[in-house]
Amino acid sequence: MNEASKKSADAARRKFLTDIVRTAGGVGLMALDVGLFARQSAALPATAIRPPGALPEDDFLGACIRCGLCVRDCPYDTLRLSKPGEPVPTGTPYFVAREVPCEMCEDIPCVAACPSGALDRKLEKIDDARMGLAVLIDQENCIAFQGLRCEVCFNVCPIRGKAITLEYEHNRRSGKHARFLPEVHSNACTGCGKCEEACILEEAAIKVLPVHLAKGELGHHYRLGWKEKQRAGGALVSPDQPHHYNLPKNLDCDLQGQGLLKKEGDKEVPYSSNPLDTLNRKGGL
Amino acid sequence: MDPRERNPGQEAVEAKGWLAANRWLILRRTSQLGLLLLFLLGPWFDIWIVKGNLASSLTLNTLPLTDPLLLLQELLAGQWPVSTAFIGAAIVLTFYFLVGGRVYCSWVCPVNLVTDSADWLRRRLGLRGGARFERATRYWMLGAVLMLALVTGTLAWEWINPVSMVFRGLIFGMGLAWFMVAAIFVFDLAVSRRGWCSHLCPAGAFYGLLGRGALLRVTADRREACDDCLDCFVVCPEQQVIRPALKGTGKGIGPVILSGECTNCGRCIDVCAQDVFHFTTRFNNHPPLVGHDEKSEVLP
Repeated sequence: MNEASKKSADAARRKFLTDIVRTAGGVGLMALDVGLFARQSAALPATAIRPPGALPEDDFLGACIRCGLCVRDCPYDTLRLSKPGEPVPTGTPYFVAREVPCEMCEDIPCVAACPSGALDRKLEKIDDARMGLAVLIDQENCIAFQGLRCEVCFNVCPIRGKAITLEYEHNRRSGKHARFLPEVHSNACTGCGKCEEACILEEAAIKVLPVHLAKGELGHHYRLGWKEKQRAGGALVSPDQPHHYNLPKNLDCDLQGQGLLKKEGDKEVPYSSNPLDTLNRKGGL
Repeated sequence: MDPRERNPGQEAVEAKGWLAANRWLILRRTSQLGLLLLFLLGPWFDIWIVKGNLASSLTLNTLPLTDPLLLLQELLAGQWPVSTAFIGAAIVLTFYFLVGGRVYCSWVCPVNLVTDSADWLRRRLGLRGGARFERATRYWMLGAVLMLALVTGTLAWEWINPVSMVFRGLIFGMGLAWFMVAAIFVFDLAVSRRGWCSHLCPAGAFYGLLGRGALLRVTADRREACDDCLDCFVVCPEQQVIRPALKGTGKGIGPVILSGECTNCGRCIDVCAQDVFHFTTRFNNHPPLVGHDEKSEVLP
């Protein structure tokens, strides 16, 4: 090889390497940007609810190919595909409960339509769906908490009586009425959003949130004594002993509602039926 | 700029008539717009022949079609689709393997309308030069897209992918996707000739690789008639694929354009006044016999 051709070979190698570095650098920068952008905008707004059967959000974003077939097969036009510029990852399906909630079709057509597995076909009964969890988020404005009769959320709930129940409570403001308080139960609520849509307030007091936002989680080391006791069929730490109160003879106390109890079989009562006797007695009780 | 370069195909129009000189272009636009219309019949007129979009679709409630590149990304992201997605992807792969992968680019993809318009305007305005970078950049892009899926566990490219964004947008609502269309138009017009489709697009790279063994090909079978007018070269989005086939006689290279990067758009066939190019199969590639060949010696 002569000097000239060696030089040109060097130049060619040099050009080859710079071209590779240039391209790799540019494309690498692009990839880094896209990766960071995707990561940053992967956070789903709390009001955007995924369709029934959706994988956990991290998996969903790796599985959903953004074809919109679930949207097309939704008979109530609940689902929509995110458009570029919306705060939901572009092209993925979601719904807004306050606008159009999920009607909980028994045949779950959206899941059946999904080719990517992002909507999990293991979901066979719509009642097992966990799209989100309804939370009565604003007790200050919920009119049931003001003591007024409403119960709209309770009545529109597709799993009425299980997902939302009414708890009766004394109305301390009026002193003579009851409050009918809606209570959501996470073991039955599918997050369909019918309650949020129906809430009569200007801004709903009951809202469907992503489950991870709505629910707390007990420390895994916690053991609830009464549950452990029930499971074991008896006390685990020390033998069960009735608690002794320092009470007059023949009396007992039940703290779970029955109050002061006379011991059975005893006819003799330590106090007179006439309150004046007790008051005038020397030495107090 | 040479006025001829601004308006390639003028000679072909004079020689063959307007229709014959635009035949494949018209068919191609019909295909692109027809496919789009087919997808729009549902949302616009409630006639549901096809549902979904190019990522995955269902035709007449029976035929599933799935974008194989998206499926590949999903698998790399660690997810497992249902069997219809695999069937759909297999059908798409087989189809493009036969007709040429980049038929997707020139006959289906809506972005091609944008970049073809940009290139047309670029010629009309006589714009030249601009940023130059390797055509191979697209293969790096493809690698990056697959790596992104693997590393992030999400289909990260889909956040900004103009190809899927535009087609999906036209069917499901564009949102800000018009800005993406405008950006690609300006990029191809002012920054780099055929910059997106022929240099950067990872989908084009993927289908290019897929089309390496394609049956349907363009051939310069009448290359001896070529009068070097360069019209084919001016209109071709992948100019590098023409030369070997058109000028390969002396090197023993056959007249068929074998490169997977050829999009089978057929525009070279249209604009050639000498009728050099035709569609054919890859098997009709008979390299000319050169030098002292035994057969040529026994020929009369």
